[in-house]
Amino acid sequence: MTQLALVIDLNVCVGCHACVTSCKEWNTSGAAGALADQNPYAADPTGTFFNRVQTFEVGTFPRTETVHFPKSCLHCEDPPCVPVCPTGASYKRKEDGIVLVDYDKCIGCKYCSWACPYGVREFDEKQKVMKKCTLCVDRIYDLSLPEVDRKPACVKACPTSARLFGDIHDSESEVSVAIRDNGGYQLMPEWSTHPANHYLPRRKTSVHIHADELERADNPLKIDRQQPQPGKAEPSLDDVTSW
Amino acid sequence: MHPAFSVIFLTTLIGVGQGLFLALFTAHTYALFGLLPDQDGQRFYAYGSLITLLFMGGGLIASFFHLGRPERAWRTATQWRTSWLSREVIVLPAFMGMVLLYGMVHLLDWKLVLVTLPSGLPIDVSVLLGSLAWLLAFALFVCTGMIYACLRFLREWHTPLTVINYILLGGASGFTLAAAFSAFAAPALVGFFAGWSVIITLLGLASRIAALSRNARLQPKSSLQTAIGVKHPRIRQTAMGFMGGSFNTREFFHHVRRPALRAVKWFFLAGAFVVPALLLATGVSAATPVVLILAFIVQYSGLVAERWFFFAQASHPQNLYYQDVVSG
Ligand code: SF4
Ligand code: SF4
Repeated sequence: MTQLALVIDLNVCVGCHACVTSCKEWNTSGAAGALADQNPYAADPTGTFFNRVQTFEVGTFPRTETVHFPKSCLHCEDPPCVPVCPTGASYKRKEDGIVLVDYDKCIGCKYCSWACPYGVREFDEKQKVMKKCTLCVDRIYDLSLPEVDRKPACVKACPTSARLFGDIHDSESEVSVAIRDNGGYQLMPEWSTHPANHYLPRRKTSVHIHADELERADNPLKIDRQQPQPGKAEPSLDDVTSW
Repeated sequence: MHPAFSVIFLTTLIGVGQGLFLALFTAHTYALFGLLPDQDGQRFYAYGSLITLLFMGGGLIASFFHLGRPERAWRTATQWRTSWLSREVIVLPAFMGMVLLYGMVHLLDWKLVLVTLPSGLPIDVSVLLGSLAWLLAFALFVCTGMIYACLRFLREWHTPLTVINYILLGGASGFTLAAAFSAFAAPALVGFFAGWSVIITLLGLASRIAALSRNARLQPKSSLQTAIGVKHPRIRQTAMGFMGGSFNTREFFHHVRRPALRAVKWFFLAGAFVVPALLLATGVSAATPVVLILAFIVQYSGLVAERWFFFAQASHPQNLYYQDVVSG
């Protein structure tokens, strides 16, 4: 069984919101109708988005780290939002595990949004139905697009490649390998919703330099002692050509 | 959660309607066994059923204001296998239909005896219809309560006390209305209804206090750490991803300060329970219908406040992602 999902690398995300705008652009232009905004150019603009990027500061100044955190529907493997829907508008596709809302059936009761612990469903104030990330279902299967473009709009837009897309049930897929190799994790595991989307944690990139490594002890020009040997405090052969 | 008045009125109005019907049918059953004087069917049971239907209809109308696409409401009856909301949508009209039939049978004074119990007690159509409606009234309370109680993330609601409260509070307000109604339609029953109403109101007070103290002790299961998966004791949100608010900041927050929240709590504890119980007692002893009507009005306002608080108190785990709203 296939379970499509996004894997988001928090180690590379720079919080540029390119995925947010790209998602909005693609999904507001589709056959399902616009993602309506209210006061888009006035004070307090608000509107419907599938994807948001939030920012958190971890630690106490000056030892802080900034974590940018993109958040969209996680396409849970055990989605609590689906069984509560009274109309059957919310459903999880068997073939690829995408959780979708049928905008033609939804009555806008908002009950599903109460049942999602992650707050990723947004009510469209214009169409009066519930909306959420579709994993660009109208794009990833579109054979009229070149194969490289058959990916969610956010994945294509990310300039740092922080977003990976694939089948997490295929153990050899790019996403499964990324989860396995980099300690990918799920959000709020305590609710056993088994989100399909995973996040890759921040990783420390550190190099340890030993004192003797600061000196080109192995400089081949010095090994045969043919050239003058400067003292340790002197500029090294690479910095000045004293010979 | 943001308390929506459509849902507040839906749940309180149908609670009154169901409670009133339970009161009517309890009196009917008592009368059947000769424990209460028999009532003139036309006036008492038929008008009682009519008032029940008016309250149920009022609730139904209120519920439509909650829907974005009310014209598609018929679709809500399709997912009864999994959704309590869908079950409620089926049981509610079924209950109303049964009450309508019950009222009609009384109005037409149709006394077709179906069976006669060994003791010689005749069971007529109205008893059968009444029993079915009685079951449906309870089923409806369970559905309404379970809509909230089944959401495990909303831990303030995820308890059997939620269902018990819906039954007791709806029952109490219905019996209070029955007491006021009987002051005009069947004065002999005022004491009976008022007595039960005081008992149910006090039971409701006990279970509501139990729910309040349970919720006061709740420890949140999720934290900002599990929400974003960063294991550090100190995390501060610096951006929510927007500045002008979103569905997330509107639907899941009540935007009311703590002192106001506390005031609502004390208001509903007094208004839904203590004051009506006292008024009922005075109303019966002084035999003044006005006091009984007042008791109902006070209790209903108290229940509106109770329901408002019920929603406001529930804190959704998604709020963790909107720390500015939490602290602001
Ligand atoms: S993240 Fe929320 S909306 Fe998406 S599948 Fe999970 S519970 Fe449903
Ligand atoms: S808002 Fe729409 S999708 Fe959500 S539960 Fe209601 S009918 Fe289903």
